[in-house]
Parts: sequence; C-alpha cells; structure tokens
Amino acid sequence: MTLGFSLDLVELASGIVLATAVLTLWRKDLRALISALRIQGIALAAVAAALAFYIGDAGIGFVAVVVFAVKGLVIPSLLARVVRTDPGSREADPLINVPASLVVASGLIVLSFLVAGQFTGLLSDPVTRLAPLGLATVLIGFFLLVTRRKAISQIVGLLLVDNGVALVAFVLTAGVPLLVELGVSLDVLLAVVVLQVLVAAMRVRFGHLDLDQLRELHD
Amino acid sequence: MTGANAMLAAATPLLWVRIFASALQVVAVAVGGPLLLGLMGKVRARAESRIGPPITQGLADLRKLVRKEAIRAEHTSAVASLAPLVLLGSAVVASAVTPLLTTSTIITGGGDLFVVVYLLLMGSVALALGGLDAGTAFGGMGSSRAMTIGAISEPALLVAILAMAVQAKTSSLPGIVAGTLAHPAWLTSPQWILALAALAIVVIAETGRIPVDNPSTHLELTMIREAMMLEYAGPDLSMVTAGEAMRFALLLGLLVNLFFPWGVDTSRSVAALLIALVALAAKTALLAIVIALIEVSTAKLRLFRIPELLAGGFVLAVMAVTAGLVIK
Repeated sequence: MTLGFSLDLVELASGIVLATAVLTLWRKDLRALISALRIQGIALAAVAAALAFYIGDAGIGFVAVVVFAVKGLVIPSLLARVVRTDPGSREADPLINVPASLVVASGLIVLSFLVAGQFTGLLSDPVTRLAPLGLATVLIGFFLLVTRRKAISQIVGLLLVDNGVALVAFVLTAGVPLLVELGVSLDVLLAVVVLQVLVAAMRVRFGHLDLDQLRELHD
Repeated sequence: MTGANAMLAAATPLLWVRIFASALQVVAVAVGGPLLLGLMGKVRARAESRIGPPITQGLADLRKLVRKEAIRAEHTSAVASLAPLVLLGSAVVASAVTPLLTTSTIITGGGDLFVVVYLLLMGSVALALGGLDAGTAFGGMGSSRAMTIGAISEPALLVAILAMAVQAKTSSLPGIVAGTLAHPAWLTSPQWILALAALAIVVIAETGRIPVDNPSTHLELTMIREAMMLEYAGPDLSMVTAGEAMRFALLLGLLVNLFFPWGVDTSRSVAALLIALVALAAKTALLAIVIALIEVSTAKLRLFRIPELLAGGFVLAVMAVTAGLVIK
C-alpha cells in the first residue's frame, strides 16, 4: 500500500463515519439505525488501519483490530438483539421531525468545520484536516441524544459521540496508545451491556422503551 | 478538417463552430428527451412482461399534439398561454449553454452553474403558475406540491454543483467539465462522491420520477407534475411535454457529464462533436435504463416523506461543499 493511497483511504473512511452519523438522523427504522452504526464502526476501524500504514506504527494496527471487534461487531449485534426481541414499534419517533433535524445536522457540520478550522491549521499533517468530521459526528451524536425518545436511539447517540471522539483522537494525535483505546472500548462495551440490561428491565417493568413516559416513580 | 486547421480552431474557438455545437446540443436534447422517456417506458414494460409502446412514441405524440386545434381552458389569463413558452424557452436556452457535447458553447462563459440552475427553476415556476391559472383544484394542488418539493430540491441542486465548483475553482459548468477531464482523480474524492449522491436524489425529484412522483399515473392523490398539465391541450400541451422531456434529458446529461465526462468535445472540431453526440447518447441511455430498472422495483414514497428524502440530499450536498473547502 502506498502512502498516498492510505491517506486517501483515511479520508474516505472518515467521510463514511460522518455520512453514517447523518444516516442515523435520516432513517426512522431502528434496524437501519443499527446498520448505520455497524458501518460506522467498521469505517472507524478502517481509519485506524489505514493510519497504521500511513504512520508505520503497528500499535495502531492492534487498535484497529480492537475497534473492529468491539464497535464493528459486538456492540451492533447486542443492539440488534435488543431491537429484535422488542415487541413494540421499530420506528424511532423523533421530537424534531426528520427534515428539520437534517437541516440542523448540516448546520452542525458547518459549525464544526468553522470551529475545528481554528486549530487544525496549526498542524501540518494532512490527516489533521479531517478532525472536523469527527467533531461533527460528536455534535450529531449529542443532537440524537436530546431529540430522540426511544432508549435504543439514545444509546446510538451515545455511541456516535464515542466514535466521533475516537475519530478526532485518531486524526489529531496520529492514533492513541493501545492500552488507552482498549480501556475506552471496553468501557463503552460495558456501558452498552449495562444499558441492555436496563432496557430489558424497562421492558419487563413498563412494557415499552419510551423514556418520555417514565414520569412517575414505581416501587 | 486538416491538422493545421484543427489546431487553429483549438486555439481560437470559431463562432460558427460554437453556434453549430450549441444548435446540435439543443436538437440532441429536444429529440433525445422524448426518446429517453420512451426507452424508460419500454424497459419498464419489458420488466413487467408487457410489450409497451415503441420508443419513438413520445415524438409521435408531440407531432400529433402540434397539429391539433389550440384550445385554452375558460377564464385563463395570459399566464396560462405564456407558461408553456417560458418552460420550453428556458429549456432551449439551458440546453444551448450547458456542456453536454462541447465545453465551448455559443456564449463564452455563459454556462455558469447559477444561470443553468435558475433557467431550470424558471421553467418549473412557469409551469406551476400555469397550473394555478385555470383555477382548478388539481392544478393548484399539483403546483403547491411541486413548489414544496422545489423549495428543497433547488437549493440542494445548486449546493451539490457548488461542491464541484469549489474543487474546480470556477462556477462555469464547461470549466468544471474541462477540469474533470484534465484531473480524473477528482472523481474519486470524497466531496465528488457526496455530491454525486446528492445530485442523483435531486435529479430524480426535479424530473418527477419514482419515488418522488409517478409520471405514468393520473391518480389525484399522488400526481405532482401531471396535475399541472391537466388544463393544457393541443400545441400548448406539446410545448409543455417537450419542455418537460428536455428538462429530463438536460438534467440526465448534466449528471453523466459531471461524473463521467469522457467523450465531451474539447478540441472544437466537428468530428469530435459527432463522437461526443454518440457518447452522450450512450451514457444517458445507460443511466435511463438503470433508473427505469430501479423504478420497477421501487414504490413511490408517501408525499410527507419526500421532504425527508430531499433534506437528506441537501445535507449530503452541504457535506460535499464543506468537505471540499477543508480537505484539499
């Protein structure tokens, strides 16, 4: 693999990370949401793998493997199981309608390019110019967190924030140490497992996953 | 043309060559539009195990309509009679200046992306006003729906092409096409891919194909573009139909030339123009067949879901522009 090609691959995979973030706002089907998350995890792993070639650091290669396993395989399958076993509606019902959220998303993208442009210019490596894509993914994740009612959508929003932070870390610091990434990935995995247990408990107790309806205290 | 003459022509594009090229583009679009629609109808029919009308049916229909007596709906104003002229005229001018066959059209620097996009918009608005003018329920409903969709698709179209203009550093469409021919690596850049996705959605919406609109139905609940034409008959209807077909061929030709520019004439010779004509016909026909095959297997979206689809296209276009501004 040549240096130029690996740089192209980093750019393309980072673009896919942001595109799938937009996709989570676009599609209402919860299964499509999880497919988008799976593609995003794999794209993030591809960013790490291509960076490993670009910088010539085997450690990031291991990080790529961890990211692929955790964010590309395990977490999406866990979430897919939750959706499959949920007898309720498979459609997300957003508080803000889809066209409006997409327009907000384009605003967030422009904002992150404006903000990140302030500091990416300080570094000379062409990879650092991709930082706004990660920042935009973080912002879209936050937006998903505050505008969706379903527990699954909110978990996806949280994971978007995590993937966005990982992308920013990859492109700005040219990869994170294996130990740190391992810790973060396992943390997120643990969070998803806890949330899955929580969701299962919610379904048994209340029969639905709509967080807006949880207004009263139960024994 | 001898070698020396060709070189001379390449150095200074002669006016008559440019006029000939633009005239050829207009004729190609005017004849090609109905033929492309006929081809798509044929492909759909075959996919549904029907024989379907011949590919030249659109041209035959136009010839029949032109010969008919001119009848206008009662109580219509000058708007209704001007609308078909404006629609057809804007389509003719737009096809003359868009780089479909050559990068040097009749007006030097006239193929600016803003000019072409707003010429197309002018046609849409004229048709919507014409649909409103007769005062019938269907016409007004069609116009209102078309403008709802147009309000989102028009900016998305502009922004998507703008993403390429940023990379080519010129807002002139011939300049963008010539730039892509010189730098094929642009075509695989992230902004170009995002812009392609956005443009594909917008072109489907602007031409009123499935899943946005179904051109082969007159079902009052779903029709958009057909509803605006209901009050037209005879030569007026032929102008509206021809204008719509030209818009379709023009947008398809623009799409293929922006993303697959090979075959477009840059040497400004007559022979190259004829090669470009064959290449354009082949490229647009291939795209039309693909669209027709997708249409057969897709259901029309609910009207209220269409803004979601188009807003998605708009976001893709915005992403393409921002990516183009930062990733160089």
